[in-house]
Amino acid sequence: MSIFATTVSSGVVVLVGAVFLACIVEMVEALTIVLAVGHTRGWRSAFEGTAVALVALTALVAVFGPALIHVPLSVLRLVVGGVLLIFGMQWLRKAILRASGLKAMHDEDEIYAETVAELEALGTRPDRDRVAFVMAFKGVFLEGLEVVITVLTLGTSAHRLGLAATVAGIAIVLVGIVGVAVARQLSSVPENAMKMGVGVLLVSYGTFWTGEGLHVRWPGNDTMLLVFAALYLVVTWSMVALLRRESPKVNTEVAA
Amino acid sequence: MSKDSNLAVRLVRGFAMFWWDFLVGDTPELFVGALVIIAVVALLSEAGHHNAAAVVALPVLAIVALALSVFRAQRAARRKRG
Repeated sequence: MSIFATTVSSGVVVLVGAVFLACIVEMVEALTIVLAVGHTRGWRSAFEGTAVALVALTALVAVFGPALIHVPLSVLRLVVGGVLLIFGMQWLRKAILRASGLKAMHDEDEIYAETVAELEALGTRPDRDRVAFVMAFKGVFLEGLEVVITVLTLGTSAHRLGLAATVAGIAIVLVGIVGVAVARQLSSVPENAMKMGVGVLLVSYGTFWTGEGLHVRWPGNDTMLLVFAALYLVVTWSMVALLRRESPKVNTEVAA
Repeated sequence: MSKDSNLAVRLVRGFAMFWWDFLVGDTPELFVGALVIIAVVALLSEAGHHNAAAVVALPVLAIVALALSVFRAQRAARRKRG
Protein backbone atom coordinates (compact mmCIF):
# COMPACT_ATOMS: atom_id res chain seq x y z
CA MET A 1 0.00 0.00 0.00
CA SER A 2 2.75 2.46 0.94
CA ILE A 3 4.75 1.59 -2.20
CA PHE A 4 1.61 2.14 -4.30
CA ALA A 5 0.98 5.47 -2.61
CA THR A 6 4.59 6.57 -3.19
CA THR A 7 4.61 5.67 -6.89
CA VAL A 8 1.26 7.35 -7.52
CA SER A 9 2.24 10.54 -5.70
CA SER A 10 5.62 10.75 -7.51
CA GLY A 11 3.90 10.72 -10.88
CA VAL A 12 1.21 13.15 -9.76
CA VAL A 13 3.71 15.58 -8.21
CA VAL A 14 5.80 15.71 -11.40
CA LEU A 15 2.69 15.97 -13.60
CA VAL A 16 1.18 18.80 -11.54
CA GLY A 17 4.52 20.63 -11.33
CA ALA A 18 5.24 20.38 -15.06
CA VAL A 19 1.75 21.47 -16.18
CA PHE A 20 1.52 24.27 -13.57
CA LEU A 21 4.92 25.83 -14.34
CA ALA A 22 4.56 25.47 -18.12
CA CYS A 23 1.14 27.16 -18.00
CA ILE A 24 2.40 30.02 -15.86
CA VAL A 25 5.38 30.72 -18.13
CA GLU A 26 3.29 30.66 -21.32
CA MET A 27 0.42 32.65 -19.83
CA VAL A 28 2.72 35.40 -18.51
CA GLU A 29 3.93 35.83 -22.10
CA ALA A 30 0.37 35.93 -23.45
CA LEU A 31 -0.78 38.36 -20.73
CA THR A 32 2.09 40.74 -21.50
CA ILE A 33 0.88 41.01 -25.10
CA VAL A 34 -2.79 41.43 -24.09
CA LEU A 35 -1.91 44.17 -21.57
CA ALA A 36 0.19 46.00 -24.15
CA VAL A 37 -2.64 45.77 -26.70
CA GLY A 38 -5.27 46.86 -24.15
CA HIS A 39 -3.29 49.85 -22.87
CA THR A 40 -2.40 51.04 -26.38
CA ARG A 41 -5.43 50.26 -28.55
CA GLY A 42 -8.28 49.87 -26.04
CA TRP A 43 -9.55 46.99 -23.97
CA ARG A 44 -12.62 46.00 -25.95
CA SER A 45 -10.85 44.50 -28.97
CA ALA A 46 -8.06 43.09 -26.74
CA PHE A 47 -10.63 41.19 -24.67
CA GLU A 48 -12.51 40.06 -27.78
CA GLY A 49 -9.31 38.68 -29.33
CA THR A 50 -8.45 36.94 -26.06
CA ALA A 51 -11.94 35.45 -25.73
CA VAL A 52 -12.00 34.11 -29.31
CA ALA A 53 -8.51 32.58 -28.83
CA LEU A 54 -9.67 30.86 -25.62
CA VAL A 55 -12.74 29.47 -27.42
CA ALA A 56 -10.54 28.18 -30.27
CA LEU A 57 -8.16 26.52 -27.77
CA THR A 58 -11.08 24.94 -25.88
CA ALA A 59 -12.41 23.56 -29.19
CA LEU A 60 -8.97 22.06 -29.95
CA VAL A 61 -8.90 20.30 -26.57
CA ALA A 62 -12.49 19.08 -27.05
CA VAL A 63 -11.65 17.61 -30.48
CA PHE A 64 -8.18 16.16 -29.93
CA GLY A 65 -8.47 15.19 -26.23
CA PRO A 66 -11.00 12.35 -26.66
CA ALA A 67 -9.37 11.28 -29.98
CA LEU A 68 -6.02 10.67 -28.26
CA ILE A 69 -7.62 8.12 -25.92
CA HIS A 70 -8.21 5.79 -28.92
CA VAL A 71 -4.51 5.65 -29.87
CA PRO A 72 -2.76 2.45 -28.63
CA LEU A 73 -1.06 3.25 -25.31
CA SER A 74 2.51 2.20 -26.19
CA VAL A 75 2.39 4.17 -29.48
CA LEU A 76 0.94 7.19 -27.66
CA ARG A 77 3.61 7.01 -24.96
CA LEU A 78 6.44 6.69 -27.49
CA VAL A 79 5.21 9.65 -29.57
CA VAL A 80 4.44 11.75 -26.48
CA GLY A 81 7.78 10.78 -24.92
CA GLY A 82 9.66 11.77 -28.07
CA VAL A 83 7.84 15.11 -28.34
CA LEU A 84 8.38 15.90 -24.65
CA LEU A 85 12.04 14.91 -24.89
CA ILE A 86 12.62 17.34 -27.79
CA PHE A 87 10.43 20.09 -26.31
CA GLY A 88 12.02 19.72 -22.84
CA MET A 89 15.58 19.75 -24.21
CA GLN A 90 14.76 22.92 -26.19
CA TRP A 91 13.49 24.63 -23.00
CA LEU A 92 16.46 23.44 -20.95
CA ARG A 93 18.95 24.56 -23.60
CA LYS A 94 17.43 28.04 -23.70
CA ALA A 95 17.33 28.29 -19.89
CA ILE A 96 20.97 27.12 -19.57
CA LEU A 97 22.14 29.65 -22.19
CA ARG A 98 20.24 32.47 -20.45
CA ALA A 99 21.45 31.52 -16.96
CA SER A 100 25.07 31.37 -18.15
CA GLY A 101 24.88 34.76 -19.92
CA LEU A 102 25.21 33.36 -23.44
CA LYS A 103 21.73 34.51 -24.35
CA ALA A 104 19.82 37.62 -23.32
CA MET A 105 17.27 37.13 -20.55
CA HIS A 106 13.63 37.11 -21.61
CA ASP A 107 12.45 40.60 -20.72
CA GLU A 108 8.68 41.08 -20.38
CA ASP A 109 9.17 44.87 -20.08
CA GLU A 110 10.97 44.86 -23.42
CA ILE A 111 8.23 42.75 -25.06
CA TYR A 112 5.64 45.14 -23.62
CA ALA A 113 7.51 48.21 -24.92
CA GLU A 114 8.06 46.62 -28.36
CA THR A 115 4.38 45.68 -28.71
CA VAL A 116 3.25 49.17 -27.63
CA ALA A 117 5.69 50.84 -30.08
CA GLU A 118 4.52 48.57 -32.90
CA LEU A 119 0.86 49.36 -32.21
CA GLU A 120 1.40 53.11 -31.77
CA ALA A 121 3.19 53.26 -35.10
CA LEU A 122 -0.03 52.04 -36.74
CA GLY A 123 -1.75 55.29 -35.75
CA THR A 124 -5.56 55.58 -35.70
CA ARG A 125 -7.62 53.66 -33.18
CA PRO A 126 -11.12 52.88 -34.53
CA ASP A 127 -13.98 51.76 -32.28
CA ARG A 128 -13.65 48.11 -33.35
CA ASP A 129 -9.91 47.69 -33.71
CA ARG A 130 -8.97 44.83 -36.06
CA VAL A 131 -5.24 45.16 -35.32
CA ALA A 132 -5.78 44.93 -31.56
CA PHE A 133 -8.08 41.92 -32.02
CA VAL A 134 -5.57 40.05 -34.19
CA MET A 135 -2.60 40.87 -31.90
CA ALA A 136 -4.44 39.70 -28.78
CA PHE A 137 -5.76 36.60 -30.57
CA LYS A 138 -2.34 35.63 -31.92
CA GLY A 139 -0.61 36.18 -28.56
CA VAL A 140 -3.10 34.11 -26.57
CA PHE A 141 -3.62 31.41 -29.23
CA LEU A 142 0.05 30.71 -29.95
CA GLU A 143 1.14 30.71 -26.29
CA GLY A 144 -2.02 28.78 -25.37
CA LEU A 145 -1.29 26.16 -28.03
CA GLU A 146 1.89 25.20 -26.17
CA VAL A 147 -0.17 24.87 -22.99
CA VAL A 148 -2.70 22.66 -24.83
CA ILE A 149 0.04 20.40 -26.20
CA THR A 150 1.65 20.10 -22.74
CA VAL A 151 -1.68 19.32 -21.07
CA LEU A 152 -2.85 16.83 -23.73
CA THR A 153 0.44 14.95 -24.00
CA LEU A 154 1.20 14.75 -20.28
CA GLY A 155 -2.43 14.24 -19.27
CA THR A 156 -3.31 11.45 -21.71
CA SER A 157 -0.06 9.52 -21.20
CA ALA A 158 -0.49 9.54 -17.44
CA HIS A 159 -4.23 8.82 -17.76
CA ARG A 160 -4.85 12.02 -15.81
CA LEU A 161 -6.17 14.41 -18.44
CA GLY A 162 -8.76 15.80 -16.00
CA LEU A 163 -6.11 16.59 -13.40
CA ALA A 164 -3.77 18.15 -15.98
CA ALA A 165 -6.60 20.31 -17.38
CA THR A 166 -7.65 21.40 -13.88
CA VAL A 167 -4.09 22.37 -12.93
CA ALA A 168 -3.74 24.28 -16.22
CA GLY A 169 -7.04 26.08 -15.52
CA ILE A 170 -5.88 27.08 -12.02
CA ALA A 171 -2.55 28.36 -13.37
CA ILE A 172 -4.28 30.41 -16.09
CA VAL A 173 -6.75 31.96 -13.62
CA LEU A 174 -3.92 32.66 -11.17
CA VAL A 175 -1.81 34.42 -13.83
CA GLY A 176 -4.91 36.37 -14.91
CA ILE A 177 -5.66 37.61 -11.38
CA VAL A 178 -2.04 38.39 -10.46
CA GLY A 179 -1.41 39.89 -13.91
CA VAL A 180 -4.34 42.29 -13.62
CA ALA A 181 -3.28 43.22 -10.07
CA VAL A 182 0.36 43.93 -10.88
CA ALA A 183 -0.37 45.01 -14.48
CA ARG A 184 3.00 46.05 -15.86
CA GLN A 185 5.32 44.34 -13.37
CA LEU A 186 5.34 40.97 -15.09
CA SER A 187 9.09 41.28 -15.56
CA SER A 188 9.48 40.53 -11.84
CA VAL A 189 8.32 36.92 -12.49
CA PRO A 190 11.47 34.74 -12.32
CA GLU A 191 10.78 33.37 -15.78
CA ASN A 192 14.13 31.75 -16.51
CA ALA A 193 14.19 29.79 -13.24
CA MET A 194 10.67 28.58 -13.97
CA LYS A 195 11.57 27.72 -17.55
CA MET A 196 14.51 25.70 -16.23
CA GLY A 197 12.18 23.86 -13.85
CA VAL A 198 9.71 23.10 -16.63
CA GLY A 199 12.52 21.94 -18.91
CA VAL A 200 13.77 19.54 -16.24
CA LEU A 201 10.27 18.12 -15.70
CA LEU A 202 9.48 17.83 -19.43
CA VAL A 203 12.76 16.00 -20.17
CA SER A 204 12.09 13.73 -17.16
CA TYR A 205 8.63 12.88 -18.47
CA GLY A 206 9.99 12.55 -22.01
CA THR A 207 12.63 10.07 -20.84
CA PHE A 208 10.09 8.10 -18.83
CA TRP A 209 7.40 7.85 -21.53
CA THR A 210 9.87 7.14 -24.34
CA GLY A 211 11.14 4.22 -22.26
CA GLU A 212 7.60 3.05 -21.48
CA GLY A 213 6.70 3.25 -25.19
CA LEU A 214 9.72 1.05 -26.01
CA HIS A 215 8.82 -1.41 -23.21
CA VAL A 216 11.73 -0.48 -20.95
CA ARG A 217 10.99 -1.71 -17.40
CA TRP A 218 11.96 1.16 -15.09
CA PRO A 219 13.19 0.14 -11.62
CA GLY A 220 10.77 1.64 -9.09
CA ASN A 221 8.21 2.47 -11.83
CA ASP A 222 6.92 6.08 -11.48
CA THR A 223 9.50 6.85 -8.77
CA MET A 224 12.09 7.01 -11.60
CA LEU A 225 10.50 10.34 -12.57
CA LEU A 226 11.92 11.89 -9.39
CA VAL A 227 15.32 10.27 -10.04
CA PHE A 228 15.33 11.71 -13.59
CA ALA A 229 14.27 15.16 -12.31
CA ALA A 230 17.13 15.16 -9.77
CA LEU A 231 19.62 13.91 -12.38
CA TYR A 232 18.66 16.51 -15.00
CA LEU A 233 18.66 19.28 -12.38
CA VAL A 234 22.24 18.43 -11.38
CA VAL A 235 23.30 18.23 -15.04
CA THR A 236 21.65 21.61 -15.76
CA TRP A 237 23.36 23.33 -12.82
CA SER A 238 26.70 21.76 -13.80
CA MET A 239 26.36 23.01 -17.40
CA VAL A 240 25.48 26.53 -16.22
CA ALA A 241 28.44 26.56 -13.82
CA LEU A 242 30.81 25.25 -16.51
CA LEU A 243 29.64 27.79 -19.09
CA ARG A 244 29.85 30.67 -16.58
CA ARG A 245 33.40 29.69 -15.68
CA GLU A 246 34.48 29.30 -19.32
CA SER A 247 32.82 32.47 -20.63
CA PRO A 248 32.31 34.84 -17.69
CA LYS A 249 32.11 37.98 -19.81
CA VAL A 250 30.15 36.69 -22.76
CA ASN A 251 26.96 38.62 -23.32
CA THR A 252 26.55 37.96 -27.00
CA GLU A 253 23.09 36.73 -27.84
CA VAL A 254 23.01 33.53 -29.86
CA ALA A 255 20.23 32.20 -32.01
CA ALA A 256 17.42 30.68 -29.95
CA MET B 1 -7.52 25.71 -58.21
CA SER B 2 -10.72 26.53 -56.30
CA LYS B 3 -10.91 28.84 -53.28
CA ASP B 4 -11.68 25.86 -50.98
CA SER B 5 -8.64 23.82 -52.07
CA ASN B 6 -6.44 26.93 -51.70
CA LEU B 7 -7.64 27.29 -48.13
CA ALA B 8 -7.07 23.57 -47.49
CA VAL B 9 -3.49 23.81 -48.84
CA ARG B 10 -2.81 26.87 -46.66
CA LEU B 11 -4.19 25.12 -43.59
CA VAL B 12 -2.15 21.95 -44.20
CA ARG B 13 0.98 24.01 -44.88
CA GLY B 14 0.38 26.10 -41.73
CA PHE B 15 -0.15 22.94 -39.67
CA ALA B 16 3.06 21.36 -41.06
CA MET B 17 5.03 24.59 -40.45
CA PHE B 18 3.79 24.76 -36.87
CA TRP B 19 5.03 21.24 -36.12
CA TRP B 20 8.31 21.84 -37.98
CA ASP B 21 8.97 24.99 -35.93
CA PHE B 22 7.82 23.27 -32.75
CA LEU B 23 9.95 20.14 -33.10
CA VAL B 24 12.90 21.18 -35.28
CA GLY B 25 13.08 25.00 -35.36
CA ASP B 26 16.63 26.25 -34.93
CA THR B 27 17.80 23.23 -32.94
CA PRO B 28 17.76 20.40 -35.53
CA GLU B 29 20.47 18.64 -33.51
CA LEU B 30 17.99 18.04 -30.68
CA PHE B 31 15.42 16.59 -33.09
CA VAL B 32 18.04 14.25 -34.61
CA GLY B 33 19.30 13.45 -31.09
CA ALA B 34 15.82 12.35 -30.00
CA LEU B 35 15.51 10.08 -33.07
CA VAL B 36 18.92 8.54 -32.33
CA ILE B 37 17.91 7.99 -28.68
CA ILE B 38 14.70 6.23 -29.74
CA ALA B 39 16.56 4.06 -32.26
CA VAL B 40 19.30 3.02 -29.78
CA VAL B 41 16.87 2.29 -26.94
CA ALA B 42 14.56 0.38 -29.31
CA LEU B 43 17.52 -1.77 -30.38
CA LEU B 44 18.56 -2.42 -26.78
CA SER B 45 15.10 -2.99 -25.36
CA GLU B 46 12.94 -4.44 -28.13
CA ALA B 47 15.53 -6.28 -30.22
CA GLY B 48 18.27 -7.13 -27.73
CA HIS B 49 16.24 -7.45 -24.53
CA HIS B 50 18.98 -5.57 -22.65
CA ASN B 51 16.70 -3.75 -20.20
CA ALA B 52 19.46 -2.57 -17.83
CA ALA B 53 21.44 -1.08 -20.74
CA ALA B 54 18.31 0.67 -22.03
CA VAL B 55 17.58 2.10 -18.53
CA VAL B 56 21.06 3.68 -18.47
CA ALA B 57 21.33 4.62 -22.15
CA LEU B 58 18.13 6.67 -22.38
CA PRO B 59 18.95 9.42 -19.84
CA VAL B 60 22.68 9.37 -20.68
CA LEU B 61 21.99 9.92 -24.41
CA ALA B 62 19.53 12.71 -23.56
CA ILE B 63 22.24 14.44 -21.50
CA VAL B 64 24.78 13.99 -24.33
CA ALA B 65 22.33 15.47 -26.89
CA LEU B 66 21.61 18.45 -24.61
CA ALA B 67 25.31 19.03 -23.91
CA LEU B 68 26.21 18.92 -27.63
CA SER B 69 23.48 21.43 -28.43
CA VAL B 70 24.51 23.79 -25.60
CA PHE B 71 28.18 23.69 -26.55
CA ARG B 72 27.25 24.24 -30.21
CA ALA B 73 25.49 27.44 -29.09
CA GLN B 74 28.54 28.42 -27.04
CA ARG B 75 30.78 28.00 -30.12
CA ALA B 76 28.35 30.14 -32.12
CA ALA B 77 28.55 32.87 -29.44
CA ARG B 78 32.38 32.75 -29.54
CA ARG B 79 32.38 33.02 -33.35
CA LYS B 80 30.05 36.02 -33.10
CA ARG B 81 32.53 37.73 -30.76
CA GLY B 82 35.29 37.09 -33.29
